[in-house]
Amino acid sequence: MSDNKLTAEVAETKPAPPSRWNVALNEILSGSIIISILSVVLALVVGAILIVLVDPKVATASGYFFARPLDTLRSMWDSASGAYSSLFQGAIYNFRRPDFASGIRPFTETLNFAAPLIVAGLGVALAFRVGLFNIGGRGQMLIAAACAGYVGFAFDLPPVLHLVVAIAAGLAGGALWGGIVGLLKARTGAHEVIVTIMLNYVAFYLVSYMLRTPGLLQAPGSNNPKTAPINPNAILPDLLGTTYNLNFGLIIVIALTVLVWWILSRSSLGFQFRAVGENPNAARVAGIRVDRMYIYAMLISGGLVGMAGIIQVLGTVPSGFSSGIDAGIGFDAITVALLGRARPWGVFFAGLLFGAFKAGGFAMQAAEGIPIDIVLVVQSLIVLFIAAPPLVRALFRLPTPVGEHKPVPLRKPKLKAVAR
Amino acid sequence: MSVTTNNSRNASPAASGASKPSQVIVREKDAIRSWKAPISFAIFAALAVVLFWVLGRDAVSNFRLSTDTDVIQLDSVDLPTQLTGVVISLALILITAYSFWLSVGKRPTPIWVVTVYGVLFMVGFLTWAGAGESILVPGLLLGAVGLSIPLIFGAMGGIISERVGVVNIAIEGQLLAGAFVSAVVASVTGNAYVGLIAAMAAGMLVSFVLATFSIKYLVDQVIVGVVLNVLVLGLTSFFYSSILTENSSLLNSPPRFDRIEIPLLSQIPIVGPVLFRQTLIVYLMYIIVAVVAYALVKTKWGLRLRSVGEHPQAADTVGINVYMTRFWNVSLAGAIAGIGGAYFTLGSVGSFQKDMTAGAGFIALAAVIFGRWDPIRALLAALLFGFATNLQSVLAIIGSPVPSEFMLMLPYVVTIIAVAGFVGKVRGPAASGKPYIKG
Repeated sequence: MSDNKLTAEVAETKPAPPSRWNVALNEILSGSIIISILSVVLALVVGAILIVLVDPKVATASGYFFARPLDTLRSMWDSASGAYSSLFQGAIYNFRRPDFASGIRPFTETLNFAAPLIVAGLGVALAFRVGLFNIGGRGQMLIAAACAGYVGFAFDLPPVLHLVVAIAAGLAGGALWGGIVGLLKARTGAHEVIVTIMLNYVAFYLVSYMLRTPGLLQAPGSNNPKTAPINPNAILPDLLGTTYNLNFGLIIVIALTVLVWWILSRSSLGFQFRAVGENPNAARVAGIRVDRMYIYAMLISGGLVGMAGIIQVLGTVPSGFSSGIDAGIGFDAITVALLGRARPWGVFFAGLLFGAFKAGGFAMQAAEGIPIDIVLVVQSLIVLFIAAPPLVRALFRLPTPVGEHKPVPLRKPKLKAVAR
Repeated sequence: MSVTTNNSRNASPAASGASKPSQVIVREKDAIRSWKAPISFAIFAALAVVLFWVLGRDAVSNFRLSTDTDVIQLDSVDLPTQLTGVVISLALILITAYSFWLSVGKRPTPIWVVTVYGVLFMVGFLTWAGAGESILVPGLLLGAVGLSIPLIFGAMGGIISERVGVVNIAIEGQLLAGAFVSAVVASVTGNAYVGLIAAMAAGMLVSFVLATFSIKYLVDQVIVGVVLNVLVLGLTSFFYSSILTENSSLLNSPPRFDRIEIPLLSQIPIVGPVLFRQTLIVYLMYIIVAVVAYALVKTKWGLRLRSVGEHPQAADTVGINVYMTRFWNVSLAGAIAGIGGAYFTLGSVGSFQKDMTAGAGFIALAAVIFGRWDPIRALLAALLFGFATNLQSVLAIIGSPVPSEFMLMLPYVVTIIAVAGFVGKVRGPAASGKPYIKG
């Protein structure tokens, strides 16, 4: 009897349309591997065009284009190929080095840049799956970095314990900063986009204040807004010896990727997360505590993003940090999560790709004088193209798979003459 | 009949028996008893008591109300810091009590009470912070308006775009594109007006991408918005570093708009110089806010726009072209946000700097949601952000008793409290963020 009543009630409530994330993610998912590869190619082509456009050598050669057109083409080719070969050699393998051990060094740099990107991307992706948009990566990273850093230089503990305590403090800080958002969303309905943006600024000014206040984060006897170096006991150990910068953070990141995969696709909590993300109304009817899921999701998300801050202070720059420690990773993480389709392993590989761009971008800037900002352009174009498979298919004349939405024609429909 | 059942779900069980629909609606409104406003009031009142009363400072705070160039000179006002603090704290407690009384009677706290409370708190705070010092009120307000202008333009762009059903996270990108293009075009042509039009075109171009991807290719609007911000930041920074820095005299030294003084109006004490001794862009802002606020609810354009944003199927059924309405209104939103971008280069700073909008687009987005997608409320929210940001720089000059970082933090903390307390569960346009697929 009561069952019938319940079914009737469920049938009566209007079926809520799928969440916008879901629609988008499905849209991204429907792109096959070929679309992903073509998107990267397209983005690189656009990047090359931009590089050629601003190259003064090309401009000089094009001045006598009609006299010697080949010169222009050659300088264009030199400009673009020089840029991308230095990008590759800065990110994967340096051919100018004599042996493999030093040639592969750029790839370890890529892994080093990728580690915080991946873990922050996992945090953003996990929130996506619950239908939350976490733009607060910067704040969560800063607070986590401050907590981990403070424990790192102010405490004096035995080797392994010190590292564990520092990481735990950082995770607690990041989770707290994310948890505030979840709590406010659950209790008062405050929009998480506003709260995360606002908390970014609050965290930035809070950390800035602590950095210039002796006794809090400022290094003793210094006037700079910078902390003391991290105690050697709390530094993430090197993975491949002292010749490479690669640190233990990468192992933690891989472990966390597995953990997030397990949470999302194997645990009861993850099932509830996904249910809330797909349709909060349906989840509520099914007896899931939607409010609690928001809080849990933001706690975990904040902790994961915070881990990126921890890796930054305990691994990348253990010589003491300032308020720029987040290095834009909090925002890059959003793009990483989108490119990774909010799936843990997708995020992992997206993070690797972006890490490679970052490592190569610096090498390209140093070798060819091309501003590293071109990397931002290429990254955003990749995400944009991957999100719109019909556009890529149209550009490469690929067939449209069956059952996919055709792009909406953006023009006024012609009125057909009605036969009388 | 369906209305009755719909309402009875939210209202008390007794209301379900009511036969007249009007009765049901009244009861439903009555049933809402929110403690958010009084609790937020109480937090600020407690803060006021602690700061102005317990930690009160015995001095005199001086407020200068006019500058030397004003026609009508007002005498400066001296307020005894301690006494003012006590009086204002008491007033705040009274308003809090009134708000509690309203909530007991299941009535909402009206917006003018919130405004009066906010202004009183600010006066109290300024008096306390400026103890023994002198504060130039027109300067404080002028700076606040200046900082609010791009936020207001961005918020108007956001409102139009979201009311038509496309989430506009790309405000930041539109502002930045407007700032960049206006600087370059105005420098090359030597004409600020051409730069302004170019800024509108640049904002519109960003919107074209947003509209094409979200409407034509059905990509999630938030994704496109976020990515567009990164794209515009990357493009402008790339061109800035590679071309603009080397040729800054040719490409990055735009002429700025002159201040235009409006006769009579600019003579009004305090507000005159602040509001009517401004550049063309600011006057454009007044016009645009007024037009948007009016047209959104009173014209055919506004009705169509809102219907597409609330219920595209219904709009389509009555013959409105959902796609075209969305496309062109998103473009219009981009053009308006682009003007806000031009204010950075042609109105205030004078040349383009890398990432010069520095998150203003996100603050504008917050103003849109804070203002519940309403132009006037969003305008007030943007002014609040501008005021709070400027307050910090003013207090830094007179020497604030609070570390400057906490002052900088204040607007954001206030926003969080306000969003949690006064705004609560905001309901945006129903179809905002959802792509429309015909059929």
